[in-house]
Amino acid sequence: MSITRDEVAHLARLSRLALTDSELEHFAEQLDVIIGAVARVQEVAAVDIPPTTHAADLSNVFRDDLVVPPLGTQAALAQAPAAEQDRFRVPRILAED
Amino acid sequence: MTQLTTAGDAPGVRVPFDEAVTRYEPVLGLETHVELGTAAKMFCGCPTVFGAEPNSAVCPVCLGLPGSLPVINRAAIEHTIRIGLALHCSIATWCRFARKNYFYPDMPKNFQISQYDEPLCTDGWLDVEVGGRVVRVGIERVHLEEDTGKSLHVGGATGRIQGADYSLVDYNRAGIPLVEVVTKPIPGTGALAPEVARAYVTELRDLLRALGVSDVRMEQGSLRCDVNVSIAPVGSAEWGKRTETKNVNSLRSVERAVRSEIERQAGVLDAGGRVVQETRHFHEETGVTTPGRSKEEAQDYRYFPEPDLVPVAPPAAWVDQIMAALPELPAARRARLAAELGLPESDMAALRNVGALDLVAETVAAGATPEQAKNWWLSELSRVANTTGTELSALAVTPAQVARICALVESGELTNRLARQVLDGVLAGEGSPDEVVAARGLAVVTDSGVLAAAVDAAIAASPEVAGKVRAGKVAAAGALVGAVMKATGGQADAASVRELILQRLGQG
Amino acid sequence: MTAADELITMTAAQMAQAVAAGEISAAELAAAHLDRIAQTDVHVRAFLHVARETALTAARAVDRRRAAGEPLGPLAGVPLALKDVFTTADMPTTCGSKILAGWQPPYDATVTTRLRAAGVVILGKTNMDEFAMGSSTENSAFGPSRNPWDLGRVPGGSSGGSAAAVAAYQAPLGIGTDTGGSIRQPGAVCGLVGVKPTYGGSSRYGLVAFASSLDTPGPLTRTVLDAALLHEVISGHDPRDSTSLDAPVPPVVAAARAADVAGLRVGVVTELSGEGYASGVLARFGEAVELLEALGAKIAEVSCPHFDYALPAYYLIAPSECSSNLARFDGMRYGLRVGDDGTASAEEVMSLTRAAGFGPEVKRRIMLGAYALSSGYYDAYYGKAQQVRTLIARDFAAAFDQVDVLVSPTTPTTAFPIGERVDDPMAMYLADLCTIPANLAGNAAISVPCGLAPEDGLPVGLQIMAPVLADDRMYRVAAAIEAALDQRRGHPLLAEARGIAAVTGTESEAGR
Repeated sequence: MSITRDEVAHLARLSRLALTDSELEHFAEQLDVIIGAVARVQEVAAVDIPPTTHAADLSNVFRDDLVVPPLGTQAALAQAPAAEQDRFRVPRILAED
Repeated sequence: MTQLTTAGDAPGVRVPFDEAVTRYEPVLGLETHVELGTAAKMFCGCPTVFGAEPNSAVCPVCLGLPGSLPVINRAAIEHTIRIGLALHCSIATWCRFARKNYFYPDMPKNFQISQYDEPLCTDGWLDVEVGGRVVRVGIERVHLEEDTGKSLHVGGATGRIQGADYSLVDYNRAGIPLVEVVTKPIPGTGALAPEVARAYVTELRDLLRALGVSDVRMEQGSLRCDVNVSIAPVGSAEWGKRTETKNVNSLRSVERAVRSEIERQAGVLDAGGRVVQETRHFHEETGVTTPGRSKEEAQDYRYFPEPDLVPVAPPAAWVDQIMAALPELPAARRARLAAELGLPESDMAALRNVGALDLVAETVAAGATPEQAKNWWLSELSRVANTTGTELSALAVTPAQVARICALVESGELTNRLARQVLDGVLAGEGSPDEVVAARGLAVVTDSGVLAAAVDAAIAASPEVAGKVRAGKVAAAGALVGAVMKATGGQADAASVRELILQRLGQG
Repeated sequence: MTAADELITMTAAQMAQAVAAGEISAAELAAAHLDRIAQTDVHVRAFLHVARETALTAARAVDRRRAAGEPLGPLAGVPLALKDVFTTADMPTTCGSKILAGWQPPYDATVTTRLRAAGVVILGKTNMDEFAMGSSTENSAFGPSRNPWDLGRVPGGSSGGSAAAVAAYQAPLGIGTDTGGSIRQPGAVCGLVGVKPTYGGSSRYGLVAFASSLDTPGPLTRTVLDAALLHEVISGHDPRDSTSLDAPVPPVVAAARAADVAGLRVGVVTELSGEGYASGVLARFGEAVELLEALGAKIAEVSCPHFDYALPAYYLIAPSECSSNLARFDGMRYGLRVGDDGTASAEEVMSLTRAAGFGPEVKRRIMLGAYALSSGYYDAYYGKAQQVRTLIARDFAAAFDQVDVLVSPTTPTTAFPIGERVDDPMAMYLADLCTIPANLAGNAAISVPCGLAPEDGLPVGLQIMAPVLADDRMYRVAAAIEAALDQRRGHPLLAEARGIAAVTGTESEAGR
């Protein structure tokens, strides 16, 4: 077993996914198989191998400090599930930390 | 002593600060967030305006809309390097942005583009002065990230997040470049800890302003502090568990938060308790901190290199160019001005405290003597600023105008009393000092004919007094001076008047 | 063959020429394809949104420009099927997900903008595996698309909708995105040309991200030349995408026209063959290699030992990036919101929304990614995968020191039956075995049809891989293979299709 049901429950919470018990069960089995398979990357003796995060070998890509016209409030809020006072209305927020 | 009743706090009785610092040694740490004053946001072209209509300064990028991509604002990088250099940091030759992953409604992508283990600037220092003692504060790192949106909490009694029914989010602030300056732990400050904390933030603020990278308006939230405090028994080899007090938003609060945490932690340790490593919130009204929401599980931000951005590798020539263009920094400027002005250290400290150093320097540059300039800014102008609740620099009088008033006094054209009236006129928007003098007719009466006539009239009106003076009772001349001053509407120079009277009465 | 059938079976290049010459109008062409969609899409289910009026308006604008004597681009007036992962300011963008159902973006993707600027007529948005995660379109929240060669089989994925549309003559051009093979694999199993350009060659701005360091937009077409023409339209530097390459677009159209492999060194990748590959796939692949040799190419076998680790590395990197990229779908600013009853917290509403809005494969990958990035696991999983990426790039570099291009089958098998791999993620993942290395290293790759597998009569693709920014090289090879095979058969491969991929009601004719 490379991953437990409790760990999957933790990952689901971390990922904001409200999963049912049976979903947790099923995902735990599948993720166990997948993690077992992908763990093969650890077979590669990778001492002194730099990581590649990007295929494109670029650096220093910048934009100039110039203002471009924004969307505007109406377009910004057009797809909001709920809006009020030109703001996005969201359910009550539990205090950060 | 205040009994702490806040839920979640370890029991303990607050120990008065002076006592606490005799038995416990504090260690400080400060994390300061500063919004940069770029024209556009960190990763898009939206304007960085304060106080605009909600959600009016947003675009697909800073709203985190699906498909949008960030592109780094060159000016934000340049500003950060500038800050790093001014703080004597090493500038990374290659670094990356990273994603800090956590869910929060004010963060449009539910990750923040920040820097993790590859900050742009590392390992510097900033000297701060407290009570004549210089404390060198080590700088751990300076990195760049994006700011979040702002929430308005609706319902509930207080408008605070706790107990609100729902919240309204404005993303205008989301994506504004934010620099985080993190100190190394600052040990050994003892009873000075609260003042050192305040002095550090003040010095940093002045530095940032001098660099022109931010207007640093704390009241608008463009500079925010997290204050870390731990204490350990004096002589202990190990440091205590630290708490992190979030979003301390004024210089005074920085000092109070440190003081409050030292008192509270001392109480916890005295009671045999253990300080919990946690996040706390500072309350302006009460001056105490309370614990944040306890976490179900430790935050795991799952940092990884931001794949939508490419590395930043500032060429040495660019860094050199930024270095060469650094303006004179506050500490150097203060040293230079102290030498140039020749004012005593106590005056220099007073000027710094009221934010008048630059104003005095400019006033002197415009022709006043250091002594005159200092007097005007520290007394009369400070009084006006206090009464009207404005900053000295925001008063409607320029250093050049103050210098002109000094010159008029120096030349005898104004008395000190008249000069104050001229200043009032300038502040009231009546024009330049000369215009006010002319409009209000405030010039000292120097016409010898007019003055002589007034003196003669006063002597004639009080023969008795005149007799006493003639007989050698020089002190009696005061009454005659008063009469002349009254006759000239106060616009004569009293000393000259006195001289003239004594002359006439054979005592000159 | 009816007149309409003649229109829709033309190549895109022919259509553009006919429009430019005034032989047909762009409006006529658009209408013929829209009619074809109306007739066939009930079976194929390639489109999530058909923009009839918008398309006709765009087509008429091209006709007006032509009438006014304005110069037209090489694909002006030609209809196109756009994968529903690109934002469009005048059509919804759903990414095949319930969480974005009905979302109307306020902006166009760069690819969308460039297509419009070129006068290409966007017919609508095509079905896909949810957020491009899958190899069959079965992960679409709106039901699977079907393979026009055999409606009981998948069209591949994730760009299966665009592939099905092009194979069913609903559009001559399709745009897909390729993260681990999502253009080449559906191209292969639908008998089409599918291209993954060099990473950074085509802009990702407005492409709803699955895995940022891998996602690449590219063409799906019936001919190599059509792919090259579309490639040039959508490519080139975009200052809105920091990872976009500021370099000239490789001359792919010229290469497709040259179609010449004489003297070219072609490497057969040892590791992309053998066990797990269908016999018909290997047979057709072997023949294609022989054909290349007959055409004057020099064949060599090349080993890329770390390709064996490409699949596991990919299934760490892509989920890691996706777990972060998809965090924004939380029901706060746009899209679905579930459970907001006035008492639930934002945190609860986010969790309920994401649980209801995402399908199982997306959830699996988000959790897998969260796992790989977690402190304590990062080095062993994400970190190792990034090192594998370096080793794979080195394998490519070493291989390209010896040969000009590398070849392999595009997929280990032909199109599989709908439902066969739905709840077996590992089996599904194997569909991308051969295509993933090019994504990890960022180089260019193409799939071109190389015949039908004898055992099931379904298309087999030949994959040709070229170094970064040498996309033209693979077009040269693909065009040569295409020309030689078409000549040998006397007709394009797609003409052998039955069912929907054959033109309506004229099966016997189309079959010849």
